[in-house]
Amino acid sequence: MRYLPLTDTDRSAMLDVIGAPDVDALFVDVPPEAQLDGPIHGLPMHASEMAVEKHMRGLSKQNLAAADAPFFLGAGAYRHHVPASVDHIIQRGEFLTAYTPYQPEIAQGTLQMLFEFQSQVARLYGCAVANASMYDGSTACWEAVAMAGRVTKRSRAVLSGALHPHYTEVVKTMAKFTGDTIADARPSIQPKPDNSGLISRIDDETSCVVVQYPDILGRLSDLSEIAEAAHAKGALLIVVNTEPVALGAIKSPGEMGADIVVGEGQSIGVGLQFGGPYLGLFAVRDPKHVRQMPGRLCGETVDADGKRGFVLTLSTREQHIRREKATSNICTNSGLCALAFSVHMTLLGEKGLRQLAAENHRLACLAADKLAAVPGVSVLNDAFFNEFTILFDGDAREIVRELADDRILAGVSLGRLYPDVAEFKGGLLVAVTETTTEEDIETLCSALKEKLT
Amino acid sequence: MARYFTEEHEWIDVEGDTATVGITDYAQEQLGDIVFVELPDVGAMVDKGKDAAVVESVKAASDVYAPISGEVTEANPALEEDPALVNTSAEEEGWFFKLTIGDKSELEGLMDAKAYAAFVDEL
Repeated sequence: MRYLPLTDTDRSAMLDVIGAPDVDALFVDVPPEAQLDGPIHGLPMHASEMAVEKHMRGLSKQNLAAADAPFFLGAGAYRHHVPASVDHIIQRGEFLTAYTPYQPEIAQGTLQMLFEFQSQVARLYGCAVANASMYDGSTACWEAVAMAGRVTKRSRAVLSGALHPHYTEVVKTMAKFTGDTIADARPSIQPKPDNSGLISRIDDETSCVVVQYPDILGRLSDLSEIAEAAHAKGALLIVVNTEPVALGAIKSPGEMGADIVVGEGQSIGVGLQFGGPYLGLFAVRDPKHVRQMPGRLCGETVDADGKRGFVLTLSTREQHIRREKATSNICTNSGLCALAFSVHMTLLGEKGLRQLAAENHRLACLAADKLAAVPGVSVLNDAFFNEFTILFDGDAREIVRELADDRILAGVSLGRLYPDVAEFKGGLLVAVTETTTEEDIETLCSALKEKLT
Repeated sequence: MARYFTEEHEWIDVEGDTATVGITDYAQEQLGDIVFVELPDVGAMVDKGKDAAVVESVKAASDVYAPISGEVTEANPALEEDPALVNTSAEEEGWFFKLTIGDKSELEGLMDAKAYAAFVDEL
């Protein structure tokens, strides 16, 4: 395809048609103070490539990257070791350049990969059917809420207070345009999630209950009682998982009665990547709900000769066929991130995933014990996987900043997640993975000890 | 019993105060192999001209509109197991749903078999 820029004649012909005097007239809705009236102040007009590279390198040195310091950040994005072979395999041209597989006769490789990805997600979540991925965990969470509305024909979603606040924000943003009622809450700072409080908020108008597992504070609980309470009111249970490695150690949401399980897949194969692109996972426990699912689905079939093959299936749910009545506006998938997930998961295998999960948990327990021994620090959780909340007397946000200056990335403060809630000031989320060393844990503990005394 | 047709290719049989709705043989032929039919819930109120069901073929998903307003009293259970019944017997066994007739005057303006045949010939 050649790129042919517009000529002045083309432009004026188009402006004539729509009756605009000039291009600037198309931007009248932008407030004048937000419009540029000339070159951007302070930005040099040009520089040589070498000079730009040198300048940018200087800027990048101001970063403190995850791999350059003891690193305890989590809250929905986790640093894990991604084997070099994952990047090697996903960069093969057959995968990297493949377009969306509308033509099964020429796209068997991509389709088989997606089918295997779906199978892995379904098994991990304890579900019957997974789709070929969504954009990220938070948008997958909204899609689940929207789907529950279609299934139950109700429009009141009850969100657990311990759902990641960014996920809550995404759901509320999307609900602005659909008219759904979103009943959210604040997490209660206690060792166990407040299941009974959540259950008491379910009513006869509720389409779904949305629970995070492990939750934003790293806590774990049996979800069966929430599933039963939701089902008794005719609502669906949506479980959100932001750390798929945890599912190598804890019971799957599907086994506990979740109807829709969604989450972030970034932990497996994708890496932190400055916050994106990430990978949304989406699955349903009961195959009867499959037609209300959003997104792309790949299915196994046989060709004219009876040989095993793969196709996109149930496409009539999708936007390119169903137009405005589609189950979702999502008409694509995070193909490359899904491939990375699938390759990493394949390399791990079930045994490897369980070992990885066990190692994460072992190191997290070690960190929790050592932090609890720091004077003034207490661990909130009575159960956790690889992330937990510590409490101390002081402003965690301030301490995190000071420790970063000392080249320690101590965790995500609750004050950062809930800036308006003063009583969360002394809370800090600490995540520990297989990339954390015992030395890193010692460093954090002694630095915190110093700050708190 | 009287049978009427709509321009959206639904047929409706009227018997006393109840009516049976399906899609025409012409419609099923245009759609091709039908793989799924989504039917309204019993007790649901449907409005004339508004979508009441969805029929899905290998080619497309299409809405089926209610020819008249009323309350759904029955949905064809056979279509859940065997949606292809719409292909083999669109105007008999492949019926979609039954409903009460809210307002008989809504039947005015629908086509009879002869008018529908002429309508299809024009397409």
